[in-house]
Amino acid sequence: MSVSATDTFDVSLAWRVSAHVSLRDEAFGALAYHHVTRRLVFLKSPLLVTLVRGLHGFASAHDALNALVPASQYQRYASALASLASSEILSGC
Amino acid sequence: MGADLSLRNRFEQGLHAPICLTWELTYACNLACTHCLSSSGRRDENELSTAEAVALIDEIAAMQIFYINVGGGEPMIRSDFFTLVEHAVARGVGVKFSTNGTRIDARAARRLAGTDYLDIQISIDGADAATSDRLRGAGSYDRARRAMDNLAHADFGPFKISVVVTRDNVDQLDEFESLAALYGAQLRLTRLRPSGRGADVWEALHPTREQNVQLYNWLVARPEVLTGDSFFHLSALGEPLEGLNLCGAGRVVCLIDPVGDVYACPFVIHDEFRAGNVRDAGFASVWRESELFRSLREPGSPGACTSCGSYDACRGGCMAAKFFTGLELSDPDPECVFGHGERALAAQRVTIRPVPTPDHSRRTRVSLDAR
Repeated sequence: MSVSATDTFDVSLAWRVSAHVSLRDEAFGALAYHHVTRRLVFLKSPLLVTLVRGLHGFASAHDALNALVPASQYQRYASALASLASSEILSGC
Repeated sequence: MGADLSLRNRFEQGLHAPICLTWELTYACNLACTHCLSSSGRRDENELSTAEAVALIDEIAAMQIFYINVGGGEPMIRSDFFTLVEHAVARGVGVKFSTNGTRIDARAARRLAGTDYLDIQISIDGADAATSDRLRGAGSYDRARRAMDNLAHADFGPFKISVVVTRDNVDQLDEFESLAALYGAQLRLTRLRPSGRGADVWEALHPTREQNVQLYNWLVARPEVLTGDSFFHLSALGEPLEGLNLCGAGRVVCLIDPVGDVYACPFVIHDEFRAGNVRDAGFASVWRESELFRSLREPGSPGACTSCGSYDACRGGCMAAKFFTGLELSDPDPECVFGHGERALAAQRVTIRPVPTPDHSRRTRVSLDAR
């Protein structure tokens, strides 16, 4: 995963799950599979899954983070979204 | 991916559906490779019908299994091959299929190139015809290369070249890499297992300990080379190889054979590892409820490896490799990098090796030269 993921991920923009991606819930969170890059990615917490699934309902990732994630965890989950964007699991709206 | 222990523990307890489902469409094959995992050759008269296969694909889609690995036998021999592949893709289930390439002529290549979410693995087991044909039969290497040429010509995009690593070809890894680069293909290396007819050649052809070290170092330097988690027993040599580094049997992988029998993994086609049949109550119920799979998801005991400091790295190795060499599942892997497996094999008083249960090999073995 790219070290510079957070540099290219803009929380002020709207993001959603890419149309090429399938998500499947599992006990630890979810599995995400990108049908074109054929990459399998692990979403390692149920809260991250809720956030990812909820993204499309917000005008920006920032709004989604504020609404769905405890303030103390904002940075951690913003980084997780950045890494999902860098592996093309998320795409800009 | 590095070793994430908590995640690995989760995987060991099983998932709602497999990550990696292999489905062998037919036992029929026009080759007779000496190391065939599924002892293929002749079609089984009870193979799933087109309607049954379509219904199984619908169930796979409903379980949100992202993609299936299709194999055989030679899957392209089934007359409904394209119907099934196109149905899966239409239902959002990606298909990766393994083939000897003999059926990929220019026309088939164009049709394959026109299908989205499709991935192809063409098997060769040597970087030249002489080496590969010794295992796969005379002429098989040239026909596989023709299939690669046809796919390249049809602009299929990056396909995979799949190689079983043996004592004979382990010195050709750089050549395989160059061949893949020539086609813009991805190289995939897998382990020679003593499964199916592989039991007949394993002893003579599995890499030596020195060769396994050589292979490990080569793989560590090339994380882009795919292995399907085949070589996790070698991770005891140092940093973990790419992959989950665990035995996924019944936990994250399983096999559906041509007659609908479900086995714990593609390398254990034997009654002892048969979890059920999709014709009974469907695949999901086998995956979720089979006694065998439940027991495989129980926390394992390190067995004979308890005192070894590397158990966390290699997890005791491959269940199939132990089973078909006559070892106990609590024994070390027969190719344990520290030689514990060799010692366990040598200590066997009477070697009783399980014979793969369904054998679809052709009754008359065709001599390699006669084909």
